[in-house]
Amino acid sequence: MSGEVYPIPGGLHPAEHKAESNARPIVVAPLTERYLVPLRQHLGQPARVLVQAGDTVLKGQMIGAPDGRISAAVHAPTSGRVLAVEDRPVAHPSGLPDRCVVIESDGRDAAIEMRPIDWRDLAPGELSKRLANMGLAGQGGAVFPSHVKLALGGTPIETLILNGAECEPWITCDDRLMRERATAIMQGTEIMRHALGARRILVGIEDNKPEAALAMQAACQQLNLAAEVSVVPTRYPSGGAKQLTQLLTGLETPSGKISTDIGIQVFNVATAYALHRAVALGEPMLTRVVTVTGHVAQPCNIEARLGTAIEDLIRLAGGDLDDVTGHIIGGPMMGFDLDDTAAPLVKSVNCVIAKDRALFPAHPPAMPCTRCGQCALACPASLQPFELYWHAKAKNFDKARAYQLFDCIECGCCSHVCPSHIPLVDYYRFGKSEIAAADRAKQAAESARQRHEFQLLRQQREKAEKAERLGKKASERLEAGAVAADDPGAERKKALLQAAIERAKQAKEAVQPKNTVSLTPEQQRQIDAIEARRQATAQDSEPQT
Amino acid sequence: MIGSPFVLKEHNSVRFTMIKVMAALIPGTLAHAWFFGPGIWVSLIWCGLLGIGFEAMSLVVRGRPLQPALTDGSVLLTAWLLALSVPTLAPWWLYMTGMFFAVVVAKQLYGGLGQNLFNPAMVGYAALIISFPVYMTQWAAPAALANYLPNLSDAFDLVFSGASITPDAYTSATVLDSLKTATRGGHTIMDTFSQPIYGLIAGKGMELVAMMYLFGGLFLIANRLITWHIPVAFLTAIALTAGALWQIDPIHHADPLFHLLAGGAMLGAFFIATDPVTASTTPRGKLIFAGLAGVLTVIIRTYGGFPDGVAFSILILNSAAPLIDAFTQPRVFGHTKGGKAGQ
Repeated sequence: MSGEVYPIPGGLHPAEHKAESNARPIVVAPLTERYLVPLRQHLGQPARVLVQAGDTVLKGQMIGAPDGRISAAVHAPTSGRVLAVEDRPVAHPSGLPDRCVVIESDGRDAAIEMRPIDWRDLAPGELSKRLANMGLAGQGGAVFPSHVKLALGGTPIETLILNGAECEPWITCDDRLMRERATAIMQGTEIMRHALGARRILVGIEDNKPEAALAMQAACQQLNLAAEVSVVPTRYPSGGAKQLTQLLTGLETPSGKISTDIGIQVFNVATAYALHRAVALGEPMLTRVVTVTGHVAQPCNIEARLGTAIEDLIRLAGGDLDDVTGHIIGGPMMGFDLDDTAAPLVKSVNCVIAKDRALFPAHPPAMPCTRCGQCALACPASLQPFELYWHAKAKNFDKARAYQLFDCIECGCCSHVCPSHIPLVDYYRFGKSEIAAADRAKQAAESARQRHEFQLLRQQREKAEKAERLGKKASERLEAGAVAADDPGAERKKALLQAAIERAKQAKEAVQPKNTVSLTPEQQRQIDAIEARRQATAQDSEPQT
Repeated sequence: MIGSPFVLKEHNSVRFTMIKVMAALIPGTLAHAWFFGPGIWVSLIWCGLLGIGFEAMSLVVRGRPLQPALTDGSVLLTAWLLALSVPTLAPWWLYMTGMFFAVVVAKQLYGGLGQNLFNPAMVGYAALIISFPVYMTQWAAPAALANYLPNLSDAFDLVFSGASITPDAYTSATVLDSLKTATRGGHTIMDTFSQPIYGLIAGKGMELVAMMYLFGGLFLIANRLITWHIPVAFLTAIALTAGALWQIDPIHHADPLFHLLAGGAMLGAFFIATDPVTASTTPRGKLIFAGLAGVLTVIIRTYGGFPDGVAFSILILNSAAPLIDAFTQPRVFGHTKGGKAGQ
């Protein structure tokens, strides 16, 4: 039952802090008065809003439709009235507000009619289509729309990997879900395998969750599902898709590609659970399990409706203790600071951690890098993080790219082990965004140049056509004039027409781009210089032999 | 600034690293004091004070904050390494000159910690051996051979007020000097081995100090402060090069074990060539860097003008480290082969 585990580079083992929240069963959050449903909860295009203020909605009713190929639907978490569709604070690293549907609950929690999907009789493509409006998105962190992942086409999927590694410290929502609802997870997995046509199923769980691994194994037996449940060493970031892929299969996902390119698809256990609910109950993605832990009275896991305010979740976990200095969304290695606890729970939020000075002391001031190489030993991508830092800091982005900056997964291992306490990952994020911005600018300039050249070409063509038209007209008139040859003015007219034809001809030959007519001396100099260079290079590039 | 990761490894800082490296030097330093008298403490403390003074002075001139740089421990480690490389009981200004070159020229003029191209202690050492070769070869004689072993207050007087007794009474040439003299004079290696300074394998006393450096170096590897690559490659290259010469002509060349335990080989292997700021950083690069330094060490010892070649070989390879790194970048995850990112 237990599969082989392969070694992977780098990684580390920070203090786990799992025991705080993994002992209690999942708490189901009660209905609250108000929900805030952001239209952007997934990777890709935000959902297109379908309701407006004043509308009444039912639980499970689609209030935002998928917009474009990579997008996911959002649904009303309960029945009630739409108060507004407006920008509200959301849980996002940028801290910027985003468009949300504000729903006031009517307390009835009346749902739309939910129809189970008989998946066994459906072709994979058809199943994906039926799931398109279910709002499923990966709950491991990337929130990629699940129905797209289930019908990507291209390379056939050989292996389906179920990610139950949950390698970040503090987070235990997948642990609890696997312990309590393993059968539903594995039922969802069976549907995934059907949709993907995968031959085998591998489940990866870190060895600090033995109860979860046992529960998953028991579920496989119960369902008579041939899946290998592998227990991998507790070593962050084993739950990264590429890392878990290598741990379980020994295969390295090539740089710039995704695991599907090598016939492997990875789903989080919570996504499999949500898929099961969507198919077996016909329920779109309305809830998720989230860990609320850290400096709170009763750290626990809560199954809450998407749209629940994070401050309500904190209250359910007993509330913040004294001296809380802030909240982290996600884990302590890759999460981000939450600016406003009024922000709602969304599909990507797996953990809320209340910080205090004892658990999360302020970072000491950064010292110079001594190239000690601790970061390189910890890097799961086998990068040389100190070189990337050096070049990103110097804004030497070409060099940073040459040192494969874009293979960095921003896991934070390097920053964690740095004896100089340098916020290395911040430098990489900066470098990546600067490079991306420069690339965009370059592309914009390139397309502007192409547009401009096309415009010149068109103007030239139009001018030439006009001259030809005029010339034709003039010669027609000339012929007409020959009939009335005795007209005294005819000779003069003929001469005038001839002159006009000549002018048109000349114009046709000497068409010039409009913008080169009135040049400043400076522009003329530049043009001359460019022309000289062009000729020089033309000579240089002449055959050498 | 997203701020993640929010947790950093505990008990992990530049200062803590420096303290651990200095702790690894304690066995060798104690052995040194045992065999050569307490003079080492005088030079150690004097070098430390000079280091802090020069560092503070440079920081003031550069307009940099004093506290972070002065308390990171790096200048004390430099001072410690220089004190172990320069003969004890030398005049005070010799240490001062060495520390000036180490701290002001090699470190601060390049921009301080992490910015220097050359190992500061070795720059200090090189400046001294080129400028004051006579002083640099008058090592305190091992206690067993000395006519007179200065105690702590004698050592203080010798360093700061000049010798009232002739240096011959308490110094002697090192075993590498003796080897150089012997082979230059066309004598056989047995001449060296019959000298009283020769111990069991290499220099009397010094061979055991070297063993203690090895011991401290293993502590560094066990604590993951350094990787095995540089010491293993450096010592293997010394042993192989010395072994080859010894195989060809055993009459005029010392055996590999002698080369490993003589002079600065062990100190260099674990504490100087491994200085991360100035050494190669990639696994393959470290092997090339230290391997070449080891070969060069034996060549300088055998054919060069100076008795020991550790400092010069490491300094020469320091200058090559960026190039070596550029050509030995490890294969990045998901890439087919190692690139030459530095190009």
